[in-house]
Order: sequence, then C-alpha cells, then structure tokens
Amino acid sequence: MDIIYLDNSATTKAHPDVINEMRDIMENNYGNPSSLHSMGVNAERAVEKARVCVATPLKATPDEIYFTSGGTEGNNLALIGSYSAMRVKGGIITTKAEHKSVLEALKNFNNISYIDIDGKGAIDLESLKKQITDDTSLVSISHVNNETGAIAPIDKIGAIIKNKNPKCLFHVDAVQSYCKIDFPKAAADLITVSGHKIHGPKGIGALYIKKGVRITPLLYGGGQERGLRSGTENTAAIAGFGVAASLKFDLEYIQKLNSALRRKLQNVVINSIDGSPYILNISAPGIRSEILLHALAQRGVMVSSGSACSVNRPEPSHVLTAMGLPRELIDSSVRISISIANTVAEVSAAADIINETILLLKSQLRRY
Amino acid sequence: MNKIILIKYGEIILKGLNRPIFEERLIKNLRMAAGDDVAKIWKAQAAIYAEPKQDVDVDALALRLSKVFGVVSAAVAHSTDKDMDAIARTTIALISNQAGKTFKVEAKRADKKFLPKSPEICALIGEKILNAHPHLSVDVINPDIVVKVEVRDFAAYLYVEKIAGVGGMPTGSSGKALLLLSGGIDSPVAGYMIAKRGVQLYAVHFFSHPYTSERAKEKVLSLGRKLADYCGKLVVFVVPFTDVLLEIRQKCPDEQMTVLMRRAMMYTANKIASKIGASALITGESIGQVASQTVEALVVTEDAAQFPVFRPLIGMDKEEITQIARKIGTFETSILPHEDCCTVFTPKHPTTKPKLDRIKQSEELLDFDPLIDSAIEGIEEVVLKRENRWTY
Repeated sequence: MDIIYLDNSATTKAHPDVINEMRDIMENNYGNPSSLHSMGVNAERAVEKARVCVATPLKATPDEIYFTSGGTEGNNLALIGSYSAMRVKGGIITTKAEHKSVLEALKNFNNISYIDIDGKGAIDLESLKKQITDDTSLVSISHVNNETGAIAPIDKIGAIIKNKNPKCLFHVDAVQSYCKIDFPKAAADLITVSGHKIHGPKGIGALYIKKGVRITPLLYGGGQERGLRSGTENTAAIAGFGVAASLKFDLEYIQKLNSALRRKLQNVVINSIDGSPYILNISAPGIRSEILLHALAQRGVMVSSGSACSVNRPEPSHVLTAMGLPRELIDSSVRISISIANTVAEVSAAADIINETILLLKSQLRRY
Repeated sequence: MNKIILIKYGEIILKGLNRPIFEERLIKNLRMAAGDDVAKIWKAQAAIYAEPKQDVDVDALALRLSKVFGVVSAAVAHSTDKDMDAIARTTIALISNQAGKTFKVEAKRADKKFLPKSPEICALIGEKILNAHPHLSVDVINPDIVVKVEVRDFAAYLYVEKIAGVGGMPTGSSGKALLLLSGGIDSPVAGYMIAKRGVQLYAVHFFSHPYTSERAKEKVLSLGRKLADYCGKLVVFVVPFTDVLLEIRQKCPDEQMTVLMRRAMMYTANKIASKIGASALITGESIGQVASQTVEALVVTEDAAQFPVFRPLIGMDKEEITQIARKIGTFETSILPHEDCCTVFTPKHPTTKPKLDRIKQSEELLDFDPLIDSAIEGIEEVVLKRENRWTY
C-alpha cells in the first residue's frame, strides 16, 4: 500500500539534501563549536552558515537568530524570557486559538486577556485596538493557525500595537508559516520558527529576537547563543535546518494542490476559509474525527484530527471551539496538510479515498 | 564467595505421587525464565538451586525467577564449605553490608549428619558476629537483620534477604484456557489469577479498527507482555471484529448492543478455544461492575459459551482488583486512555436485565456465522515472550 502523507503540519519528511548535510556534519564535522581547535572552528562555521540561511526568509540579520530546540522552546523563551526581563510587568494579550506552547507558557503569569476570533478564525482587530493600553506589555499571536490555517494580518496587528503602545512587545508564532508563506516582518519583536515543519530535522528551531529586546534565558550554562541558550549547539540539526530554510517553497504549486483537493472532496464541510493553502480543515458530520482518521490510515492516507475523541475525557479542539464552530463539526474535524513533497496525483488519489471512506463509514453506521 | 539462587516452592510439596511431575515442570519453567543466565539448575531436598553464569546480575535474575509461578521465595545465597569457620567468615562479611542494629541467626540442618546442631550453630555464629561487629546486638524477637544459615548436603548456604515469590502452581501443570483480554484493568488480573494456578494462558483480543485505534491494540499487547513475564509465553489472537459489531449495530436495538456483542465474543472465543485445545474461557467480569455484568447479563453471556467460563474476579470490588493490578504491574498500562475510544458501539442506555429469549430473537436477525468465520480467518497471531534482558 502506498502511503500518502498529508500530515505535514504535524511534521514533514526530511529533504534528501538535509539528510546529506546532517550526515556530513556527523561524520566529518563533529567538533564542538566552543572548542578552540580547528575542528571547533569548522563546526562554528557550519552553525554560522546555517544562521544566515535561517535569517533570510525572515528578512532578519543573522545576529537576531537564536537556535532553540524547536517551536515549543522558542515560544517559551520568547514569552517567559521577555516578560521576566521586564521591569514593569503589564498586561498580556493573546487569543484562545494559539498553540498549547503559547497558552501553557502564559499560564505562568497573571493578567492575561484574550481577544476573540470569529468563525473564520480571524482576529477581531477592533477589539484588539480597544484592549491595548499603555499598560499592555506583551501580545502573542500566531501567523498561521496550526489547525485551520487561518492567517493573521501580522502587519496590521503590529501597526495597531505599536501605534497605541510603542513599548509593547509583539511575539509571533510563525512555526506554520515560516518559509511557506510570505512573512511581513513589520513590527514583530519576537518570531518563533521550527525546523521539522519545513523538511528539516526535529529538535531544532530558532527564535528571532529584534535587536534591543531584552530576554532572560531559560537555560543557564556555558553561555552559548550569546548567553540566551546555553547548551552545546546541535550542529547537525542546525546545519540541516539551514539547508531546509534554503529550499524552494513554491506557493503556487501548493495552491494548485489545495484547489485540487477542494475541487474533488465531496460530502464534507470545509472549515478553512481564506487561510494558508498548506492546511485544509474539513468535517464529515456524523463521523467522529478519530474514526475517519483510522479508516484513512488503513488505506494509506495520513491526516490528523484536531480533537481527541474519548468517552471519559472529551477534549474538543480548543481552536475550533474558540472559533465558535458547532460541536458536530468540531467532533468530526480532520486536518489535511500538504507540502511541496506531495504531488497532484497524490492529493487527487487521497481525495478519492477520503470520499469513498466517508461514504463507506456512513453506510456502515446507518441503521436498518 | 560463590553466589547461588536458592528457590523454595510451597504447595507442590503437598502433592503425593504426582509431586515429581510438578517439580519437573517448575524446573523446566525456571530454566526457560533464566535463559542463558544460568549454568545449571537442580533440585535437592525440596529446594531448587540455580547457579548463575559468571558476570550475570544475580539479583536481577533472582527477581525474574521469583515471578515464575510455583516459586514461594528466591534468595541470593552465598555458598561455603560445610565448615563452621568458613560459615562464620561469610556471615560476618554478609552482615557488614546490611543496615540495622539488631540481628538474629536462624540455622537449619537439612544434612542431619552435620554437627553442631542448629541451636548451637546459631549461638556460635552469633557470637562471632558480635565479636566482629560490636555495634550490633542480638534480638531474637524483632531483629532488624535475619541471617539464615542452611546446611545442606553439599554446601552451606547463607543469606540475609529473600524475595517473596508469586506462589501458585507451575504454568502448564493444569491445562489450557483462553482469556478474553480487553485493554482495561480487570482482564489482565483475571488472566494472572488463573495462570497462577498452573493453567497455560492464551488470549483473544477483539479489535474494531477503525473504531478503535492502532494504539489500543498496542496497549493490549503491552499488557500481554506483562502477563508473559509471569507465564513465560502468551499467544494473543487479535480478531478483527468490526464487521461483527457493525452487523449488530445495524440490525438490533441499541440497548441490546453490549449484550449481543459479548455473546458474539463468546461465539468467537468458542471457536478459537476448540482450535487450540483450551478447555475453559476466562473473563474479567465482576458482578454489577457495568451494565453487561449484572447477574442477568452474565447469564445471557454465559449461554453463548460452550466452555466453562472462569471469572476469578466475580466477587471482587474494583479497589481489590486495582490492588492486584498494581502489584502485577499492569495498572499503569491499563489506565492509558486508548481503550474503547469511540462511543459508536456503546449505547447510552444499555439494558441491565436482558431476557435470554428476546436476545435470541434479535440474534435471529443477524447472520453471525459467516462474519465470525471470516473474523477468525483474519486473526493476527502475536506471540509474546518473557523479556529476559529486562530487570524489574
């Protein structure tokens, strides 16, 4: 059975160039960048080369890039690190549709307020404008929502924040958009990105920290990453990340795949509206997410479910709930996420399989 | 100092003429559990000795052997010459690693030709220990440390700690039975209790993919692996059961779903049991625990079984069952949230007092036989074995 991997927002397959680069580092360039000898210097060079590659898609300078272990650490360092470093700790604003690593990290602090999102996953800019005051210290909003693909207008949001309170820091979780769709850097002070969502290795990410933004580290030790992230650099993963960030992400191609999917899918409600073409969130009302997911996996199509379905532990997707979707759509929602590694033939075959599977499950669950 | 594992067994000793059969079976099972780690295993004077190979972690091996059914205790003993000086030297060395302020010596002479007699051994060795370790004192009523000295035919064996064994009868000494293994807390405990009595265990798991997840199956197999730690080997028959369940769901009243499902499981288990030559079925049912386990429902389920159904948990409370599950190490796995993930096959209001004739009427609407036959054809047979590399 051929596998059609359509869970690329969860993680992606590493690109062959990434694997080759990492193999080369582990085999030949395995020095510690902190070592004084020539092997240390060579390892450091590989890290610095990757830093340039990772900075480029963000239109940032390499010295604004700090390597982390991934999106979760990036978000934690950005939020906990920046807020802890503030002398005056004011209000924090975010949305209820953020990634868990943002929501849970912010639980360390009080005075958090949430701005509403609508049924499309769009942020209510008017309410944001109203909520930002001179006392607001930090705003965190993701660029692309990981479940629905909804895109936040980062440039507009940044302008609103900085117009009302120039001192307020703006953090953007760009894990789902980095390299994939154009990033209007504009007014972001902190940007989280990750390696394994763009065909790089797992366990590596980076935080963009605008010059002048103060951050307290989460990890202490040898003072690597200019004191902000101690720990021996994960050189192979960093180099692999650099290669991944230099890959060509053809948005038009992804759009073609996305419309092929939308055109072919039947009997589903599409929950993603105007979002990132990499993500398509659908519901087949009446069929619980997990059932459809397992049935598709049986046929080689890998997708993901937003909500875990469990008798004793109902956990509907917090994102879809925040969007105000009816429970029936939430319980049956499935996320299809594509990448440049997919082909038109694949998504078209997957759409056929999804259609057939939905019909089959519906007939199985019918009563006589 | 040579280390040896001294294994005691209990109930088997009460057997009459059959005793050698049980002993041989136990030795065979111990040999299997020990794998390559022992140089030799032998029996003498109602005890079993296992001599570990060089460089084997003896404590880990003793722990592993203590989980073989039939073993009452396993102790890592130091063997010495049958000579009072040698015994004294070894006990003094042994006791210096122990924490505690008071001790007593317990001696046993399996070799009655050896002199001095047991009480004198205790006194003499005790005195030497006191001389060597002045901080210790003797307390025969409630000592911190008990030093055991056993003088047997070829050597003296000395030890301070023994591991309580699981008891029971050696696996394979009492027929075969088929356990209906779900992913819950109860069924692994039920299987353990019957296996403990020497019954060779097989398991059947009903898998309703895609309505339950691949991980639910993994969970069942890891429970099976825990049971295999005790019984050595466990074959799990994973039955693809979705089509049977869908047939019931489509054609029968919702509230009968659970009872009809249990009966379908029994029909399937009957066929598997006949095939493997098992003479009984085992379930984890306990009266009143859920709707399908009322006395009325149990009667209806039992009616579908062609074999005696062993329900060792029938009179136990959840708390008592949980305690055993914790003891045998299945609890943590059982409470992982992958069980019966979807509500599709569990009615909101299941009948608690099903009537056999009504259930049979419903069953007439169903075309079970071909579905069950094809489910059996689709069985995935997973053989789980005790993992000798693990220490516990």
